[in-house]
Amino acid sequence: MGIEEIFRADYGRILATLIRLLGDIDVAEEALQEAFAAALEQWPAAGIPANPVSWLVSTGRHKAIDRLRRRAWLEEKQDEIARHIELSTHQLDLQSADDEETPVPEDRLRLIFTCCHPALATEAQVALTLRTLGGLSTEEIARAFLVPAPTMAQRLVRAKAKIRTARIPYEVPPTEALAERLEAAMVVVYLVFNEGYTASFGARLVRNELCEQAIRLGRMLVELLPIHAEPKGLLALMLLHDSRRETRLDASGDLVLLEDQDRTRWDRAQIDEGAALVEAALSEGGRPPGPYALQAAIAALHAQAATAAATDWQQIAALYGVLARVHPTPVVELNRAVAVAMSSGLERGLALLDTLDGDGGLAGYHLLSAARAELLRRLGRHAEAVESYRQALALVSNEAERKHLEKRLREVTS
Amino acid sequence: MRYMLLIYRDEKVYEQLSVPERGKIFQEAFDYSEARRPSGFYQGGEPLEPTGTATTVRMRNGEALMTDGPFAETKEQLAGYTIVEARDLDEVLAFATRHPLVKAGLSIEVRPIRVGPPQ
Repeated sequence: MGIEEIFRADYGRILATLIRLLGDIDVAEEALQEAFAAALEQWPAAGIPANPVSWLVSTGRHKAIDRLRRRAWLEEKQDEIARHIELSTHQLDLQSADDEETPVPEDRLRLIFTCCHPALATEAQVALTLRTLGGLSTEEIARAFLVPAPTMAQRLVRAKAKIRTARIPYEVPPTEALAERLEAAMVVVYLVFNEGYTASFGARLVRNELCEQAIRLGRMLVELLPIHAEPKGLLALMLLHDSRRETRLDASGDLVLLEDQDRTRWDRAQIDEGAALVEAALSEGGRPPGPYALQAAIAALHAQAATAAATDWQQIAALYGVLARVHPTPVVELNRAVAVAMSSGLERGLALLDTLDGDGGLAGYHLLSAARAELLRRLGRHAEAVESYRQALALVSNEAERKHLEKRLREVTS
Repeated sequence: MRYMLLIYRDEKVYEQLSVPERGKIFQEAFDYSEARRPSGFYQGGEPLEPTGTATTVRMRNGEALMTDGPFAETKEQLAGYTIVEARDLDEVLAFATRHPLVKAGLSIEVRPIRVGPPQ
């Protein structure tokens, strides 16, 4: 493995350990940069060390302590920093440095809980997670979220300053708070994924990178919190969606509906892995399945159907029914109505959509009009379908979806 | 590390409460904080009179100008403060989220107290 690959694969692991050893994100980031610079200088001649990760942690740590010493001397703030160093050398004496410098899984877990702390704004949580655990540069994150680089840099600086000044702890939350904090971390991971998966703007490459980052973070949560079911559900959901990534848009960038996608191009390995995770998440005894596991179960039924016609809509409608109980949102109800239309008749689905329309929770949501238009089209009620397509078009903002709706509108008017 | 909890309330809502109702809320908050005094967590705090009693002083054209009323007209007004000594932000947030005043509809802003000269 070359230095580049180690940087990409182990950035988060090394940084998380350095934060534990040095007690500050900025200091640790600087130390890591210096360690990689030293590696670029030394490895080509000396060869890659047997344990490159430990080498980088150890080198980064020593560089940071040297720098703190120099700074202390320069600023003559000796007492404070000297005590800090004394403490760290003291620790070195007590336990062997090797032990302490070995990255432990908890390091990354601590870091994700710090980055996804509810005292930070969600956008700062996302940026910080991608920067520290993902190793993405400020410029890369800025590009992914269509924000000017200086704005993103400012966002990261502010978040890190708050962590330091308000003393947001670097620890895995205690049991009584863990479920809630894990939920917050999963929201961030899924946000990163959706940003990569559904946004219609930005370079394809940057967007794919976000999906991969989210899946990597999801894997980390599954690996580090093996007794929790929902991270398995979240990872499964992302893998199953991502398995269709290549077939979602055609060559000209137009949206391809699930039923029209080329199923032979779906990523089988990812579907199998996702389906196995769904099984594991659903069979975890005692507790009822959570929203991620249920959504993943639905995605698995779609992914495993050999043809669109073979989709088990009965089962999907039932799962949406359960989901509507644990996670009652208008969007879930909308999806349930569509599943009911596909399994028990278009008219019944349409009736459910009408009750949703009456509730008003989805007022102004283009997918409600689009779903109604689609059902009306299938029923052959073209005049009403035209009306609904027009409503949907007036509300849609995503370019690929707009093109799809316009195409359908042309079909029913001709 | 020390933190200040700035307690905000909507004075219009507060005015609607009867004196016994106000007393009950105050007593609950008092008991809640005092229970944490022996451990050294709760360090003190006080309620403030409503913003109708406030005077604000600022510099205008080189002169100190006094105006009747609070620093800014806001939807919620500062109603009191609490000082705590805590290990980290999470300890303060756990205290704040279970605070009787929050349950009574007030808001609490948590701010670290700076140590040493400004950076």
